[in-house]
Order: sequence, then structure tokens, then C-alpha cells
Amino acid sequence: MGTHNYNLTEQFEFTGKAKNLSIAAIVIGIAAIAYGFSDHELHERTFANLLLMGYYFACVCMSGAFFLAVQFVAQAGWSASILRVPQAMAKTLPIASVILIAIVGAGLYSHNLYHHWNAPGLTDPSSPEYDKIIEGKSPFLNVPFFMARQLIFLGVYSFFAVLLSKLSAHEDLEGGLNSYRKSFKYSCVFLVIYGFTTPVFAFDTVMSLEAHWFSTMFGWYNFAAMWVSSLATIAIILILLKKAGYMSWVNNSHLHNLGQFIFGFSIFWTYVWFAQFLLIYYANMPEETVYFYKRFEFYKFWFYLNLTLNFLAPVLLLMDRDNKRSENTLLIVSILVLIGHWVDYYQMIMPGTVAEHNGFGFIEIGTAVGFVGLFTFTVLTALSKKPLVAKNHPFLQESLNHHL
Amino acid sequence: MSNIKYILGSFGDPDEMMHGIEKLQENNIKIHDVYTPMPIHGIEAKLGVKRSRLDIAAFCFGITGTMTMLSFVYYAAVLDWPVNIGGKPHFALPDFIPITFELTILFCAFGLVGSYYASTHLFPGRAPRVMDLRATDDRFIIAIDAKENAEHSKIDGLLKEAGALEIKYNERKYISYE
Repeated sequence: MGTHNYNLTEQFEFTGKAKNLSIAAIVIGIAAIAYGFSDHELHERTFANLLLMGYYFACVCMSGAFFLAVQFVAQAGWSASILRVPQAMAKTLPIASVILIAIVGAGLYSHNLYHHWNAPGLTDPSSPEYDKIIEGKSPFLNVPFFMARQLIFLGVYSFFAVLLSKLSAHEDLEGGLNSYRKSFKYSCVFLVIYGFTTPVFAFDTVMSLEAHWFSTMFGWYNFAAMWVSSLATIAIILILLKKAGYMSWVNNSHLHNLGQFIFGFSIFWTYVWFAQFLLIYYANMPEETVYFYKRFEFYKFWFYLNLTLNFLAPVLLLMDRDNKRSENTLLIVSILVLIGHWVDYYQMIMPGTVAEHNGFGFIEIGTAVGFVGLFTFTVLTALSKKPLVAKNHPFLQESLNHHL
Repeated sequence: MSNIKYILGSFGDPDEMMHGIEKLQENNIKIHDVYTPMPIHGIEAKLGVKRSRLDIAAFCFGITGTMTMLSFVYYAAVLDWPVNIGGKPHFALPDFIPITFELTILFCAFGLVGSYYASTHLFPGRAPRVMDLRATDDRFIIAIDAKENAEHSKIDGLLKEAGALEIKYNERKYISYE
């Protein structure tokens, strides 16, 4: 073993169909958002959709940085030759962060989002709107502190995401182990920060839409969702690149590993989702069950679709070893999982914003298509800047010869 | 007819052993099995080892656990002693998912340990069966069925050529640690 002749200076060219389609998708997205803002009645629904996709976009990108950090800390060898894909996602994180902060800021300012805790009179005992629970939470849930947290969390994640891909670019030029050692060190720091702050980030961005209700499992539930959707995205990008004739060194053992990850973390997602649901179901306390009451009354279809796409589909379709190793099956399951997590976020966000006035139409589909186009455009642009393999990565040979 | 049952080629180096496998296969000599002190990548494909059916066994044991727990809960909570707990239905499925999950894992784990013992003849109290003691230490062993392959001197020559350090003719299939 050990003989191979791969073109390790191969570079992705972002042209043709991929570029045109992603630009067309962005145009559809802009049209959908413009349509949403043309009617005053639809403002809140449009904002909810923007938050959904902005959050999804940022989460997939920051989990790309998380993937990089996990590989460095675990000193994983198998992934060394595919790291450029999560790196491109990590490099897109600053753009995604700016978009998410803009959406959250505009939503707060226009009172279309977070009005459960950010409306006049809520914390004023003399006002008829006075809400004692919200007042109790106001030292944490107030606009300046909230925006500061958003800025700090996304800023720190972006800093580490860009740092890790810079170090890899440096490694390409210099060689040696210096960049690898630094990546290891910064990855350790990043994982600690990320682990402690993502639950809070999820509490802020999504859970505070329904500020009366709280769940300590919510942060991990969101973490599982963002991590598995990011893994599915990496698998999709790899498979499509391979189908387009790039990255000939990616074999079905690499896909097998990604498939195991998607399978395992889909079950982890279900585990955390169910842990949150079971405690509320069992204890049956009104202030907690209100969350699932809304979802059962107005979102029953989405509720079960969520479990079908995110639990049943990956479990049944990826259980078999051959399916994990097959490009087409993994591609289909990854797409199902990505759609599933859109439904998952829809479940989290819509009942707290538009409640029973939700819909599924041009605004939902158009915004989703637009953000997919934006993601494709930005990530593929970042991917085309560097060769498709980090040629001086110390574990590169192990990855090129990866065999399960 | 000699009493030799198995010919063992003992190699000191995994690459030389892989080379030996190739040599034997080129000469259409059937290899009974290969014993190595450590896992070697790609050896299953080379020897044409059939895919393990362990996963199917695992699934069957697991589903047995699931069914056992669900039927027991149904018997206990619905048929035998129905109790009203928080106004929920007697067979409130979400309540029993954790214990069902646990029993699935338990049955699966015990079942697989049992299958492993059964397939390797490694139950407690029985001396393990090995063809060559050094296969668990520092040697890579290729075993060839001497009854099926008559040309012993040719096999001998091929193994030596590939770099075998020692060639043994075993009259018993297994020697054990007894």
C-alpha cells in the first residue's frame, strides 16, 4: 500500500452551472424577502423566516469550525485530506455572523422578533403590560446585554474559525509542524469556549422567542441539530465535488466515517430532543407543557415530520454499512437531514413568533432557497481560493490511504 | 498417506506474509486461515473473507430486548395492575422509552458476548484453541490444509521463497494452552 498519484495541487474552479444556479437562488431569495416586506401583515412571518435561515446559516458555518477543532484535538488522521471543505465553511462564518446579527438587530429594533421580552411596559410595575416573570429575567434579557452577547459569541467563533483556516494556509507555504501544533492549541481553547457558550447562544437566539418558557436541554438540543446538519453539509459538498471530478482521493471509507457521524449524531439529536420532551410530558406542569401544547395544536404535521426526517430516515437508511459507503444513498440521506433540520428550526421558531398564523409558501421556500444559494456561493468562493488539499498536513498520508 | 493435517508458514514480517499469500494464491493453493498478532489492513479483501454477520445478530438481539420490555410493560401496566398516573393513558409510550432503550442495549450486549464465545469456543473453563502459540506473540502464520493440497514440497518452497522463517507440519489441528 502507499502508492498513489493524486494531484495534490488541484484547485476548485467556481464557474459555470454551480455559480449561475447559486446566483439565481440568491435572486429568488431576495424576491421572496422583498415580497414579504411589501405587505405589512407579513412582516413578522418574513422576520421569522429570516431568523430561521440566518441562524441555520451561521450554525452550519460555526459547526464547520467545530469540526476542524475536533479533528485537531482528536489528532484525527482520516480527515486530513478533506479539511478544506469545513475550512471553507469556517471562513464563511464572519459573513454569516454579520447577516445573523443584522437580522436579530433589525428584528429587535422593529419589535418583530423577541417582543415577548422586548416590548414597552413589560418591566414597569405601573404599566398594564407589566409582566413579573419578564421583569425577573430582565437583568439577562435586555437589549444591550443581548446584543453584546450576540456580538461576542459570533465574534469569538469567527475569530477562531478564521484563525484555524489561516494556520492551514500558512502550513501550505511553510511546512513543518509549527502550524499543526498551534492549530491543536487554539482548537483546545476554542472547544472549551464553544462547548460552554453555544447553549447560551441558542437560549438567546431561539429560546428567548418564548421568554416565559425555558428548558436546560434546549442548548444541547440545538447543538446536536447544528452539528449534524453541518456534517450532512460536509458530506453533500464532498460527494458533489467528487461527482464533478474533484478530490479523487476521497474514497468510500471517508464517506463511511461521515455516514457514521451523521447516523450517530442523528440518534444523539433524537436522544436530546426526547430528553427534553419526556421530562415535560412526565412532569406535566402547565408552565412547561405550554411549549408542546402549541406545537401539538397548530404544528402537528411538522412535529411528526421533524421526527421522521431527523430520526427515522437516518436510522433506517444509514444503518447498513453498504449504505454509509454509497455516494448516492449518503447524498440523499444528507439532503433529508438538512431538510429535517429546517423543519426542526421551523418548529422552534414559528410557534413563538407567528403562532397559529404560520404558513408554508413562497416566503418560506424562497428564503430557504436564497440562503442555500448564498451559502453555496460564499462557501464555494472560499473553497476556490486554496488548493483542495492541505498538502503539508502531518497526517495527510494516513488520510490518503484511509481504509476501513 | 502422512498424518500431517496442517502446514503452517511462520513469518516474522507482515509484508512478507502478505507476499506469501499472493504467492500461494497465484499457484491456486487454498489458504485455510491466517493468524496475526495484530490487525492488518486489507487482509480480509485479499483472503476473500466473507462479511461478518455480527450486525444481523446484533439487530436480532436488540429487537428481542425491545419487544420483551414493551410486552412486559404492557402486561404489568395495562393487563395486570392498571394505575392512574397523572391522568395519562395506562400504556403511555414516552414514559417507557428509556427502559425499553436500556433493555435493547442489554440484550444486544449480552447476546453479542454470547455469540462471540460461541463462535470462538472461548467460554470460561475451556482452554483456548490455537494453531501456533507464537501467532499471539510475534509471528504471522499462514495455515494451509495439508489434506486438500497434496504438493507439500511445492508449498514448502513457496513459503520459504516468500520469506517464511519456519515451516511446521502439524498432525493435530490445534495445540492449546492446556
